[in-house]
Amino acid sequence: MKNDIKHHITDQMLMGYSAGTLPEAFNILVATHISLCDDCRAQLASFDSIGGAMLGADDDALATMDTGSLAAVMERLEDCPSGLTERAPSTRSKTVPAPLSDYIGDDLSGVKWRNIGMGVRQAILPTSADATARLLHIPAGVAMPDHGHNGTEMTLVLQGAFQDDDGYFARGDVETADADVNHTPVADIHEDCICLAVTDAPLRFKGLFLKIFQRFIRI
Amino acid sequence: MSTRETAEKRSLWVDHMVRIHTSRDRAAFAELYDHFAPRVKGFLIKSGADASLAEECAQEVMVTVWAKAHLFDASRASVATWIFTIARNRKIDALRKQRRPEPEELTWGPEEEPAQADVIALQQESETLARAIAELPAQQRALLEKAYFGELTHSEIAAQTGLPLGTIKSRIRLALDRLRHAMK
Repeated sequence: MKNDIKHHITDQMLMGYSAGTLPEAFNILVATHISLCDDCRAQLASFDSIGGAMLGADDDALATMDTGSLAAVMERLEDCPSGLTERAPSTRSKTVPAPLSDYIGDDLSGVKWRNIGMGVRQAILPTSADATARLLHIPAGVAMPDHGHNGTEMTLVLQGAFQDDDGYFARGDVETADADVNHTPVADIHEDCICLAVTDAPLRFKGLFLKIFQRFIRI
Repeated sequence: MSTRETAEKRSLWVDHMVRIHTSRDRAAFAELYDHFAPRVKGFLIKSGADASLAEECAQEVMVTVWAKAHLFDASRASVATWIFTIARNRKIDALRKQRRPEPEELTWGPEEEPAQADVIALQQESETLARAIAELPAQQRALLEKAYFGELTHSEIAAQTGLPLGTIKSRIRLALDRLRHAMK
């Protein structure tokens, strides 16, 4: 399955994840995708090594440590036993990769869904307020309303698939939509689609009804 | 410092990590500390920490280096890269007060010492990368620094067309292929 992923995390997002500047909600999505995608894992290692190269560089980033700093640290080493190599068992085959299960549990069946209309259900994850992460459960064959974006929306498929103008997105695939994208994602008819969708600004729906409705569902 | 001396020094850090891991070598740790602690503190100050918080966090990062020395794998990262990831996580925790969701660890097959050839290849690639970054035009380097050390948001990163990602990628051969191969 891992080789079937066709839509990846953008370089900008990987760099932000590596630098540690993304909102928590985006970090969850990036970490979940990387758990499923070796290409992006390797790409992240590259971005981390850019950070390492800049940290290690001999330049003006050096600061002076306080007097007695080393002695204070040496003192604290006493309490640190040498750890043993721990190896977490791989959970690749599970529907919910580890970074996400920390927020929603090991199993999608344990999610507390809320109906938001047209059979679509959502569950908002508890994250910092600078961006919103939600799980969406879209019945097979159902279309989400046509919408645009005020900021960035990233959507990661966990189960099933959806289609829009930008292509076909199945498990592990990520769609990144910026302000210039308008789309109408439609869930594949074979299976209900479950996605992790992250936004850093409200979506732009067409039509007054949806605009009013939007206030109630926090999309 | 000449390039060759720098390279020798960098590969030395790997030896330091091995000594810290296998024999809890305090002298090796002190030398590693002298080199990296001021860099970590500088990184945290550039990221918005005041001097006393940066000092506190830099000390914690170095204690973590000691405590987690067994997790350092010289075939997967340079010492600088590994310490960078620890410092970054500390930054998110202390400055942004957020959790940092991490990807699942890979199981890398039967546990064994990394092959020496892989260690050398990775350390050489890190060296090439450091040189490529050092040789970037000042403006591009400053942008990159802002993206990593300053608080350039992801949308600001996306808007920075001057970021030399393409340049860096085309000029260096990073561990990509090797990593992909290793993970199959």
